[in-house]
Amino acid sequence: MSDYQYDNQTVKGFIVSSIFWGVVGIVIGLWISVQMWAPSWNIAPFFTFGRLRVVHTNALAFGLGLGAIFGISYYIVMRLTKRPLLFPKLARFHLHLFNAAIALAAVSLFAGMNQSLEYAELEWPLDIGVVILWVIFAVNVFGTIIKRKEEQMYISLWYIIATVIAVAVLYIVNNLSVPAGLFKSYSVFAGINSANVQWWYGHNAVGFVFTTPILAMFYYFLPKSTGLPIFSHRLSIIAFWSLIFAYLWTGAHHLVYTPLPDWIQTLAIVFTIFLIAPSWGSVVNGFYTVAPDWTQMRTNYLTKFFIFGITFYGLQTVQGPTQGLRVVSQLIHYTDWVPGHVHMGTMGWVTMTVAASMYYVIPKICKTEIYSVKVANAHFYLVLLGQLIFSITMWITGIQQGALWKAISPDGTLKYTFMEGLVKNYPFWQMRTVGGVIFTVGMLFFIYNIYMTMRNSAALAGTVERGGR
Amino acid sequence: MAGEIYRKPVMFAIVAAVVILIGTAVTMFIPMMMAHMHPKLENLKPFAALELAGRDIYQREGCNNCHTQTVRPLKTEVMRYGEYSKAGEFAYDYPFLWGSKRTGPDLARIGKKYPDLWHYRHFEDPRKFFPESNMPEYGWLKENGLSPQKVKAHMDALGFPYAEEDISQIEEKNELDALVAYVQVIGTAVAKKRAEPALTKMEPVEVENPLAGDPAAVQAGKGIYEDHCAGCHGDNGEGDIGPSLIDNIFLYVEGDLADDDYFEIINNGTEEGMVEEGRTMKGGMPAFMEDLSKREIWSLISFIRSLQQE
Repeated sequence: MSDYQYDNQTVKGFIVSSIFWGVVGIVIGLWISVQMWAPSWNIAPFFTFGRLRVVHTNALAFGLGLGAIFGISYYIVMRLTKRPLLFPKLARFHLHLFNAAIALAAVSLFAGMNQSLEYAELEWPLDIGVVILWVIFAVNVFGTIIKRKEEQMYISLWYIIATVIAVAVLYIVNNLSVPAGLFKSYSVFAGINSANVQWWYGHNAVGFVFTTPILAMFYYFLPKSTGLPIFSHRLSIIAFWSLIFAYLWTGAHHLVYTPLPDWIQTLAIVFTIFLIAPSWGSVVNGFYTVAPDWTQMRTNYLTKFFIFGITFYGLQTVQGPTQGLRVVSQLIHYTDWVPGHVHMGTMGWVTMTVAASMYYVIPKICKTEIYSVKVANAHFYLVLLGQLIFSITMWITGIQQGALWKAISPDGTLKYTFMEGLVKNYPFWQMRTVGGVIFTVGMLFFIYNIYMTMRNSAALAGTVERGGR
Repeated sequence: MAGEIYRKPVMFAIVAAVVILIGTAVTMFIPMMMAHMHPKLENLKPFAALELAGRDIYQREGCNNCHTQTVRPLKTEVMRYGEYSKAGEFAYDYPFLWGSKRTGPDLARIGKKYPDLWHYRHFEDPRKFFPESNMPEYGWLKENGLSPQKVKAHMDALGFPYAEEDISQIEEKNELDALVAYVQVIGTAVAKKRAEPALTKMEPVEVENPLAGDPAAVQAGKGIYEDHCAGCHGDNGEGDIGPSLIDNIFLYVEGDLADDDYFEIINNGTEEGMVEEGRTMKGGMPAFMEDLSKREIWSLISFIRSLQQE
């Protein structure tokens, strides 16, 4: 067991870092949610909406998201290969480089160094940093898997391998640019072609950062925390291959009704609808895994997190394809409906699953129990409530916006000016901030619980050696 | 046999990579090789030095987080913003700035819609024009100068043509000048939609104002004036960004215009170089044909006439 101790500390370091960047991202999220209805909260030049929104998305996708993915993937890979990491020192270096890169990324975005590609805003020197981080991760994950002591590769490893490959291709291609100075570059792609490349990237960043690595966690920790085996191995095989096949075709559903050639849009819409099947393959697998013992939804707080998480994934992957349809897109595209959709995925599916995975991992590597199940339950209900308020208010106001933009008076003129439509968002935007505050309080309960668990274990470390569950 | 792959990580990774690359190739790499992904309108010009500097600021400030730059080919969208976006308009956009959210309005046809001064004033205080707007203020951009060396390096990186004086002129400009220059060129490669007044409305338009002097119409026109006109023409028509409506100079020439000319200008807006009643326009007045009905425009003219009589 002592072989793992060094690597476990690396895993813990990633988890703590990821939570730290999560707090940064969430606080900025709250701030920009206020700016939407109170423009005096814009403080030029560093803290205007245009700059902060990018810090928000990057801190959460790369800081919280990648930090959790790196740390928890290392944990999963070690358990499933039955050996420590192949390059433990490299993994520790990975952790330090990760924090340095995210800190520099945040500073550069505050300063307005922005490629204007959604979820790929970082300028070229940082892009190189991200690629190095990814190569280190790939080398350690592949190396450890190749030198594994367990012959069969479990489902989670498939998803981790797919993540490593897909993100590398996506990130490198979309960030190809001509530097015009140390802090400024121009994409090598222009016009409709750059739009096509960007949304091929943008949608699959969702696919291979917010979906496949999170599914890796789900497939590993759900059986671990429930003591129930995955319902169907065959279903998980079908779901895996069809998911990673279909995802890459769908990016252009972000470009419906733009000047992008129709055939690419239509192909994307068709594959988007198909994508419901593999997504729900995992949802069904999750539900049936817990089916033999639904009482765990009451008795085991982790089951609750995972099952609600996969439920939101299921809702997300039906809502998303619906939005891709032209008839729906024409109404809700460019409105607040879309942030409502995104945040069900991130606040519901991703954050719930990641938090539950951390609840499992931290006591394991600290050789203790979770500090408080009650606090974990409070965390659960608060983030659930906050997220529902966020998403539902945004769906309502998104439909309202779309309808107002389309409304025509009997005399054939537009019924509402743009401002008349905008003003009607204000009560909903204020309500969204309330939802965000509730969610944030929930996350503070989570952080407190993790902190107290680690503190207790540190206090115990000098006295008794305690086993895990 | 197929089950073997789950015991062979290298083979697994290769197969997974191939599976991922199929969709990538069909929807992204192969289209990139096709000519129809690289269209260019004949009259589309690369950005000038000052315009590119402004575009850099647009990128830096993240304007694309709230403003889109694509008009979809949908009826009300074309009414609200103008001609729908064409594939060939964006050939010099490295990268595209279409955005994905309209917290503020679409900007694909903002170029030349308003005069420069409108943009300066609006950037400094958006709430001067729209009291309930949530847009941040950008007057502080005036305090920042531009670096000719940087702009030159940026033009060179993109291979855009420029004359040396284009670069040396940059020295005297500030960031807000650049941003306005960029905003004024967006979407101008496509001609503005313009219609004869008689064809824009469902019914033919009268030559003389049928609501002239009607007190109810004057009252209605006052509200419309405050919402749409006062920002540029002043609270009492005295003129500011736009010309005075109460003096005797119309389209830069002494002498009033007839009711139906007023109607046409409000309905269609003005465009540089267009001629109305022998008077040449300088442009800068937006069209209100999609926002105001015939009755509303006549009411507005009744109100303007009442201002002129005071």
